[in-house]
Amino acid sequence: MILARVVGNVVSTQKDPRYEGGRIMVVRPMNPDGSDAGDELLALDAVDSGVGDTVVVVREGWSASTSSTGSPGAAIDSAIIGVVDNLDQ
Amino acid sequence: MQLARVLGTVVSTVKAESLEGRKLLVIQPLDGSLNPNGKPMIAIDSVGAGKGEVIFWCRGKEASFPFLPIEVPSDCTIVGIVDSVFLDSQFSDRLDSKA
Repeated sequence: MILARVVGNVVSTQKDPRYEGGRIMVVRPMNPDGSDAGDELLALDAVDSGVGDTVVVVREGWSASTSSTGSPGAAIDSAIIGVVDNLDQ
Repeated sequence: MQLARVLGTVVSTVKAESLEGRKLLVIQPLDGSLNPNGKPMIAIDSVGAGKGEVIFWCRGKEASFPFLPIEVPSDCTIVGIVDSVFLDSQFSDRLDSKA
């Protein structure tokens, strides 16, 4: 999993049926110190996250599909599976 | 998943049988601000995308799932056409209005 910050969302009408009802969020990978750690990717929201939240993103298909749609086998490679309250280090 | 823009089409005559009738497109991956990011790649279309459109694509084994039960060999499949991308203003420092 990676640490990321939710920076926005994507609106799409014509999409794979398994994305229906899901929220497609734009997330920016981040380091634990808060600095950027790469370019933005899209992840399906499984935990009602919002813009500005620090989140945990899983980048593996089975887990992403199961957590965000309830069953495996969807063409989804990333999902937000947790909102981070704080980081102790 | 990642954002990308469709640059054009690929024509291939000799190809895997399960690719018959599928549309192969050249896409340029984009970052959240819709700036080109990385090298262009070839994607299979599953939603009817066309040249010039901003789309999002899925990587890995999951890329072949939209075509099940046919096992289409793909590690990059277009799974949605983007209507709009909203970036919160406090995070749009790299925003370059190209939407």
